[in-house]
Parts: sequence; structure tokens; C-alpha cells
Amino acid sequence: MSEPTRPSRPLSPHLTIYRPQLTSISSILTRITGNALLVPSLLMVWWFAAAATSAEHFAWANYILTSWVGDVVMFGSLWAIWYQTLAGTRHLIWDNAIGLDLKTAEKLGWAVVFGSFGLTTVSALIMMWL
Amino acid sequence: MRYITDRKRVQGMGSAKTGTEHFWSMKVSSVALLVLIPIFIFMFGAMLGKPHAEVLAFFSRPIPAVVVALTMIVGFEHFKGGVHVMIEDYVHGMAQKICIIGMTCVSYAAMAIGLFAIAKIAL
Repeated sequence: MSEPTRPSRPLSPHLTIYRPQLTSISSILTRITGNALLVPSLLMVWWFAAAATSAEHFAWANYILTSWVGDVVMFGSLWAIWYQTLAGTRHLIWDNAIGLDLKTAEKLGWAVVFGSFGLTTVSALIMMWL
Repeated sequence: MRYITDRKRVQGMGSAKTGTEHFWSMKVSSVALLVLIPIFIFMFGAMLGKPHAEVLAFFSRPIPAVVVALTMIVGFEHFKGGVHVMIEDYVHGMAQKICIIGMTCVSYAAMAIGLFAIAKIAL
């Protein structure tokens, strides 16, 4: 019994129909940041592996990660991880059926956006000082 | 047969009996990462750009080594679950299976290399 042929039915409206909103954009960004974090994760694994291997390997990995390209990637990733952390926390709140009404959902959305900017700035300044 | 809708075909067959495991595993790992990630960020951020000897000395201490090891395990497990769902949404058929298997391999390989590295540094 193969897949039965399906009569064409109208599709429900999707992304191309709706006006972009804070709730939808902040949700899409959660997926983008979460998956893009693979890049710095692999870089950091390489950095640890290089540190464990030899001084020459470490010098090379350290050079790449602290070059200006590395700085841009790691600073962007710092924002991405804070964004992902806050957006994940928002999901943990939503899981309890709390904050799902529009007003609170909008507030949580802005909290995630501005919170991620704030945490990125503050943590970057602290780490420059460390 | 072809006039029967998807809903009609599954009606009365009961629930799929599965589906909550993925949600629960993402929830558990996300709560763990909520604790691990801020600590990891500052540990790694403090050491990035430091001389080799200082990096080795710091990460051979018990707490930094354990935090790194846990972040590798839980972080890549969480990534594996997340990327799985993304692939299911955008890739279909055989390519979907290949992508999921591929990303699962990448996740576990990165986790294993990270764990080997921190073990070698710490021990």
C-alpha cells in the first residue's frame, strides 16, 4: 500500500503571508542562533584540542581565534549564546503555560532582545578585564 | 482509499505512544545549560588569548575541567536535538536521513574530541 494520492487542499497561511512580528522574528532568531553556534563550538573544541596537543598547535589555534576575523566571530557568538540562553529561558517559562498572552509575550520578546544586547556588552567588558 | 483524509486514516488508532522524549531531553539539557553556559563563557573568555602555560594550568584545575567536560557533553547533546528538529522542518526524504545521521556524527565527534582534549589537559 503506497502513499495514497492526496486531493489538493488549501494550505494554511505561512511565513510569506504574515507580517513580521516581534514574536515570530524572535522565535526564528532562536533557531538561527542555536544552530549557528555550531561554528564557535567547533572552533572552541579545536582550541582545546590544540592546547592539549602542543605549543605550536595552540599558537596556531589561538592566532586564528584572536585574529580580527576570530574576534568578530567570537563576539557575534557571545551575543548568539546569550540570545539563545534568554530565548531558551522564555521557552522554559512558556512550558508552564505562563506568559502566553500577547502582551506578556511581546514583553518577553523585548526582554530577550535587549537582555541579549545588555549581557553581551557587560560580559564582553568583564572578559576584557579578566 | 484516496478519498480518505489523513485524519480519517489515523482516527481510532490511538496515540503514537512516543513524542515526549525529545521535548523532555531538550528541557532537561536546557536547564543544565542555563547553569553551565554562563560559567563556561567566563572561564573560556578569561582564558582566550592567554599564554599556553596559563591555559593549561587553569583548565587542569578540577572545577574548570569538570565545567568544560559537562558543557561538551550537555551542549553537543542539546545541539544534536535542536539540529534534528531543524532538519526535519526543511529537508525531506533521503536527504533528511543523511543530514540527521551526519549531524549526529558531527555532534558526537565534537563531544568526544572536546572530552579527550580536556581529559588530556587535566590529567
